Amino acid sequence: MAAKTIISRPIYGTLSPQPGKHHLFIADAEGALAITDMAGKAPSGFFDGAEIVFIPSPESKHIAALEALKPMQLHVAPSFASLLPRLKQTLTNAHMGLRVYLAGTEGLIGQAMQVALEAGIDHTSIETEHRGSLARRMQCVHCKGITENVTTQPATCSHCGLLLLVRDHYSRRLAAFQGVCINAEDRSEIPPIEEAFP
Amino acid sequence: MSTGTTKLDVVVSDVVPVNDLVTRFHFRRRDGELLPTFSGGAHVVVEMRDGDRTRLNPYSLMGSPLDTREYTISVRRDDVGRGGSLFMHRQVKPGLEMVISYPVNLFSLDLRARKHLMLAGGIGITPFMAQTAQLAGAGGNFELHYTCRTASLGTYADLLRERYGNRVRLYHDDREERIDLERLLSSQPLGTHLYVCGPAGMINWVRGRAAALGWPPETVHFEHFAAPQPGAPFDVTLAVSGKTIHVGEQQSLLEAIEAAGVDPPYLCRGGVCGQCETNVISYDGKFIHNDHWLSEEDHRSGCKIMPCVSRFEGKSLVLER
Repeated sequence: MAAKTIISRPIYGTLSPQPGKHHLFIADAEGALAITDMAGKAPSGFFDGAEIVFIPSPESKHIAALEALKPMQLHVAPSFASLLPRLKQTLTNAHMGLRVYLAGTEGLIGQAMQVALEAGIDHTSIETEHRGSLARRMQCVHCKGITENVTTQPATCSHCGLLLLVRDHYSRRLAAFQGVCINAEDRSEIPPIEEAFP
Repeated sequence: MSTGTTKLDVVVSDVVPVNDLVTRFHFRRRDGELLPTFSGGAHVVVEMRDGDRTRLNPYSLMGSPLDTREYTISVRRDDVGRGGSLFMHRQVKPGLEMVISYPVNLFSLDLRARKHLMLAGGIGITPFMAQTAQLAGAGGNFELHYTCRTASLGTYADLLRERYGNRVRLYHDDREERIDLERLLSSQPLGTHLYVCGPAGMINWVRGRAAALGWPPETVHFEHFAAPQPGAPFDVTLAVSGKTIHVGEQQSLLEAIEAAGVDPPYLCRGGVCGQCETNVISYDGKFIHNDHWLSEEDHRSGCKIMPCVSRFEGKSLVLER
């Protein structure tokens, strides 16, 4: 569970069933367990109006557990990029009353929220729960390139190669933490690199 | 003392009867300058000097926010109310010098919304007059559903239809026309915000249905100025100022506190804004809470009261004021 450091650093809660008839869940890997845990608190018939979009881990765990919830639809996708067109279509056709639930890694929650925000949903209306890896999506503030799955502090920009301090400063618009050059004065100075976001 | 606001010296520039119940009042600054900018949904508190009694009633500004040469309000006559609307209808004539507060907005548009869905009941139409003018000027996407008792009491209904055509839908009680609320709320695109202004029963109905249909609370906006209800007189001890006051039958607790020379903060005087929230030090009796500000827990706790609209019945009440 991420601690609140600065105001832009997202904090996540525990999924809880919201009133309404239509529910859209987007989860990756261990995020499936947040949904199955929540199911115990949901009123009967809740999943009759639910669509679950799930990106499993390489071991394909938890798919059967989600099937067992008998959602109206379960869509298993290989990656976030591959489900994006479908997600955008779903949100374009949706009406007020659709509730959105995001569970899993920070990268997944952030990117799915970015799409939901673009569709007009307020971030405070979205249920989130962090499960699994703490790996971060990082934007290099210098070249603007995004590096996925950053686990170290500092981290190397996969675009321009600068060594970056991964800040808690987060952009909802970009769905990324900001990375700032850590040795701008003297590039030969290399601070110890630690596993900070396992 | 109205928090964060100063007063405006105005003159009544016009008084226009609109229908059997509603009269419109126009105000201009006495010094001829422009009035302060406001946004759709804002209200002003009008000071009414009625003999030795001063009434302070909130009214929504209904003119276009794009025109600050004058402010306009529409007042529905309430023959059994506490007299503020009757004073406006009977005593206020063109040329009268009055004092009003700066505008305050507790019912503003959320301009991030993709669409604004507005539900008005009766005189609750007034804030939407300003909001629709504001949105129309900026190419905003809105839809207004307006329920009135009869066509002749449909204040500004014709004007709104003329201005905005099919974006305005009218429902007349005497023709048994009812909003299909379930369908309306279920067919709105994502990113719609809902605004309700009208009688308390209508607001509660709409809020309840919207919540049940999955509208997040931050997308549902409402405004209902509760007029202070008359009630049995009661005595109150003000612990901080060391005074004991008597609240008359037709007086609100806030008015009685002010009459004793104590100057608590206020903004809306209608149980909405939270400014006059007052801590209860001790009590022996029963609260009559009429506000929309405190939570139900606060109401049950007996620790807080909104003196603008709420009353008390019992042996003793001591306030931290």
